[in-house]
Amino acid sequence: MLAADFSKGLENFDLNISFTLGHEIMALTGPSGSGKTTLLNCIAGIVQPDQGEISLNGRIFYTEGKRPLKIQKRKVGYLFQDYALFPHFTAEQNIFYSMQGKRDSPMLKELIHILGIEEILAKYPHQISGGEKQRVALARALVAKPDILLLDEPFSALDDDTRDRCHHQLLRIHDRWQIPVIFVTHRKSDAEKLAHRSLRIERGQMAEQ
Amino acid sequence: MPYDLSPFALSLQVAAISTFFVFFASLILARFMGNRDFWGKSMLEALILLPLVLPPTVIGFGLIYLFGLNGPLGSVLEEWFGLQIVFTWLGAVIASFIVSLPLMYQSTMAAFEKVDSRWENVARTMGVSEWRIFRTITFPLSWPGIFAGLVLSFARGLGEFGATLMIAGYIPGQTETIPLAIYFAYEAGNMEKAAFWVVIVTSVGLAAISWLNYWKKKSSIRFGRE
Repeated sequence: MLAADFSKGLENFDLNISFTLGHEIMALTGPSGSGKTTLLNCIAGIVQPDQGEISLNGRIFYTEGKRPLKIQKRKVGYLFQDYALFPHFTAEQNIFYSMQGKRDSPMLKELIHILGIEEILAKYPHQISGGEKQRVALARALVAKPDILLLDEPFSALDDDTRDRCHHQLLRIHDRWQIPVIFVTHRKSDAEKLAHRSLRIERGQMAEQ
Repeated sequence: MPYDLSPFALSLQVAAISTFFVFFASLILARFMGNRDFWGKSMLEALILLPLVLPPTVIGFGLIYLFGLNGPLGSVLEEWFGLQIVFTWLGAVIASFIVSLPLMYQSTMAAFEKVDSRWENVARTMGVSEWRIFRTITFPLSWPGIFAGLVLSFARGLGEFGATLMIAGYIPGQTETIPLAIYFAYEAGNMEKAAFWVVIVTSVGLAAISWLNYWKKKSSIRFGRE
């Protein structure tokens, strides 16, 4: 279970967050610049809160006054906005970047099958479409078997058909993996279709919906 | 004609060795300075960049002070390793190193800054060590900028004159680099020899810059950004 209770001073307001999340999918909604990505960054360890505590399954990620847990040790799968695929690696190299030689497990084969990316493994990011990039980035975030999955606007660049397919794949993966998933979206329909819960953030203040 | 071609070989040797050390020094400095904020950082950076704005004679004077037989570094090198820097080609290497370091440092710093921090962060979330991230993400993606810096540093090293003359002196066959050969041929009224070396050094510079431009164009086509 993820427990987040912290605050972080941003340029124009303070981000104040307090929630717990079991093995559910939670949608983060709210206007641009309201602190949604900062919330994901605080959980991932890219940004540190000013005070409070973040823990996952009893492991303390951050607690005030102590050295935060290193990003590398948090076991977080993070899909960045625009996917941030490594441009000099093929899709396959992107996906297996963290694996170093352990590429043949049935779990990995199944993941690639679920995401339907067998055909594009040899291609570079600039040679594939937005939907394919999204699936490659999702596979990359999942291969290290994370304890939590953070998705920053994963569906924003996708057309309706691809979005539907990706929704379906995400639900399938969540069903299989049973880990907490937080995804940022501006679309009400994404939240309604995928999320067990929704959290709206406005100028750093949260309101559960 | 024909001329002794040793200035050409010596210039290449001096520029290559100094570029080799400048490469590693810049990588370490740019990585260190880019990732940290500490007291005195801007002072240290100013010190690295200082040779860009100082007259070469000041750099030469400083090097003679440091590496002269009675200088703080020169006496140690002489006593411990039997190494003499002043009036040797090693002095030319050190002069080249000092004047090319700021160019290479700036290129490396700019190249590192151009690498999207999300690539490094996403690798961190995957549990990958900082060294492996540097080796496989940061360095390859900043390579075009670093390589451009290397070419410029090499060319700068090849053309170094003022500080080299002061610390290495003009000893034909031993410390005579191309710029020194041009100057002393001109001084002696041997315009033909001076022109010969001018053509050589200009051609090398032009070839290096043209090749660099071609290579940059080619490498940007190879991996289009996402």
